Amino acid sequence: MPLALFWFFALVMLAGALAVVSLRNPVASALSMVASFVGLAGLFIGLNAFFVGIIQILVYAGAIMVLFIFIIMLLDLKTEEKRAPKLAPVLGGLGIVLAFTIQLVGVLSKTPDKAHEPLDLVAASAAFTERSPGISSKLKEGHLPDVNLIGDTLFNGYNLPLQIIGVLLLVSTIGVVVLSKRQSA
Amino acid sequence: MDLLVTLLIILAKVIGLTFVVVLPLVPISVYFERRFSAIIQDRVGPNRVGIPLTLLGAKKDFSFFGLVQPMADGVKLFLKEDFTPSHVRKAFYWLAPALTVVPALVTVCVVPFGSDIMVNGVAHKLVIADLDVGPLFVFAISSLSVYGITLAGWSSNSKFPFIGGVRSTAQMISYEIALGLSVVPVLLYFGDLNLSNIVEHQAANGWLLLPLWGNSAPWSNGGDYTAWLFWIPAVIAFVIFTTSIFAETNRMPFDLPECETELVGGYHTEYSSMKFAMFFMGEYAAMVIGSALVVTLFLGGWSLGFGLDAKIAELSVAGVGIGGLVHMAVFMAKVVAFILFFILVRWTVPRFRYDQLMRLGWVIFFEAALINVFLAALVIAAPQFGAISTAGGLALLAVVTGALIWVLKVSEKKAVPVSI
Repeated sequence: MPLALFWFFALVMLAGALAVVSLRNPVASALSMVASFVGLAGLFIGLNAFFVGIIQILVYAGAIMVLFIFIIMLLDLKTEEKRAPKLAPVLGGLGIVLAFTIQLVGVLSKTPDKAHEPLDLVAASAAFTERSPGISSKLKEGHLPDVNLIGDTLFNGYNLPLQIIGVLLLVSTIGVVVLSKRQSA
Repeated sequence: MDLLVTLLIILAKVIGLTFVVVLPLVPISVYFERRFSAIIQDRVGPNRVGIPLTLLGAKKDFSFFGLVQPMADGVKLFLKEDFTPSHVRKAFYWLAPALTVVPALVTVCVVPFGSDIMVNGVAHKLVIADLDVGPLFVFAISSLSVYGITLAGWSSNSKFPFIGGVRSTAQMISYEIALGLSVVPVLLYFGDLNLSNIVEHQAANGWLLLPLWGNSAPWSNGGDYTAWLFWIPAVIAFVIFTTSIFAETNRMPFDLPECETELVGGYHTEYSSMKFAMFFMGEYAAMVIGSALVVTLFLGGWSLGFGLDAKIAELSVAGVGIGGLVHMAVFMAKVVAFILFFILVRWTVPRFRYDQLMRLGWVIFFEAALINVFLAALVIAAPQFGAISTAGGLALLAVVTGALIWVLKVSEKKAVPVSI
C-alpha cells in the first residue's frame, strides 16, 4: 500500500482512539470509536486482508457500536458529562500504555530490519491442488484469495474449535433470553 | 506518467459512474415515483415543467412529460431557508445528513456496470474497485448509514425524531441479519465473492433466476439438474433479500422510522432545505444501490442473456469496443425496472405495525434464511453425496423445518398478554 495511505489511516485510527478517551460526551466518544475502527479496517485492507478489514467494519462499526450508541442515547448524558475523571483510572490507563510501549520497543528491537519479501503465491498453490482447486488456480494467477483461504483454515484446520465457539455463543444467547424472561413467570 | 494515466482513469471512473450515472438516477427516481404513484391513483402527476420556450418568444412551451421537474425540485430544495433550530445538538445535527448520503454513494464502487471497454487494445473494467469481497463490502458500508438516521433522531433533541431514530436502528439491525443470511446460498453457488466474476458466470451460464442457457441447462451439460434444482433456494433467497433491502432502505411497507401518521416526519422532522434533501438523496441512493445489487446477484447484472453476451462484447466502432456500453445500458434498464418495482410496492402495500415488522424479521425471515442455507448446501452437494445421503439430508431438513414451525406455533399460542 502507498505509504501516504498507511499514514492517513493510522492517523485516523489514533486520532479516533484519542478522542474516545478525551471527549466528555459519550455519543461523541462512541462515534470516535467508529472512526478508529474504520481507520483500523483501512490498515487491514492495505495489508491485502480484505476480508478481515470488511468484517471489522461490518461487525464492530456496523453492529456493535450501533448497539452502544443505541444504549447511550437512552441514558441521561448530562450527568455523564459533569463527571470528573478520577485519578486512579487515568493512572492505570497510562500505566497500561507505558507497559505496551515498552513491550513494543522490546519486540521491535529484536526483529531483524530486513526488506519485505513478496509472497510466493505460485509455490503456495501446490499445497491446495488436491484439497481446493479453486484456491489453487487463483494462487497460480498471482491473486490472493483471502476469503477462501480464511474459510479453508477455519473449516479444515480448526473445525472443532469453531463449532465449540458456535455452541458457546448459542448457550449465551439462550441464557440471555432465559434471564430476561424470568420476571414474567 | 503511467501512474498519472492510471490515476486519471480511476478518477474518470469514480466521477463517471458515481456522479454521472448513479446520482442523476436519484432525482429521476423521485420523478418516476411521482408519476407512477399518480398513474396508480388515477391522477396526472407532474407533467408540466419543461423548457419555457415562450420566454424566448416561441408559440408553445416544450414540456417533455414534465421531465424537467426533478431539476425544479432540486433548485427548490437548494433555495429554501436552511433553518437550524436552537434546541439541537449542532455538531451531530450537521453530521447526520452527510452520514446517510456518503455510505450509499461509496457502495457504488463495487457494482459492475458493464463488461470491459476496449480502448487502444487495453480492457478497462466498468467497475471502480474490483474487490474480492463485493457483497460484504456493500453490507459493511451500508450498515454505516444507520448512524446518520440514529444521530439525526437523537441530535434533533425532540420527541418524534428520537422515536424515529430508535425505531430505525432496531429495524436496520434486525433486517441486516436476514439480509446477510439470505445471500449465503448465492455465494455458495458461485463460490466467489467478486461481483464481476459473479456476473460473468451468469452471462455465460444463465442467470441465477433464469438458468436456461450455457452450463446450467441440463441438455447442454450432460443431464446435471443442479442449476435447475438450485432455482428453489435461489427464489427463497431472492424474496428474503429483496424484502430485507426494502427494510434497509426504509421504504414503504417498512417506513416506520418516518411514518407521518405517527411521528410527524420521523427522524428528519427538524431538518429543512438541503439537509432535509440529503436524507432523501440517501434513501433513494440506497434504493438505487439495492436494486443494482439485486440485479447483479440474481438477475444477471449487465448480461442480456440467452448466450448473446459474447457477441455483444465483440461490438466495436472505430476500434473502440462499445460492447461494454451496450451492457451498461442493459444494466441500467434492469436497475430502472427494479426501481419501478420498488415504487409499485410502495404505492400498493400498506405499512406494517411495528410488532409485525419485528416478527417478520426475526421469526420468519431469520429462520427461513437459515433453513435455506442448508437446503442450498444440500442441492449443491447432492451430486457427490449419492442418493441415500441426499435422501437422509432431505429428511433431516424436513424434520428441522417441521420442528421450527411447530415451535413457532406453540410460542404464538402462549403469547397472550400477561396481566400485571
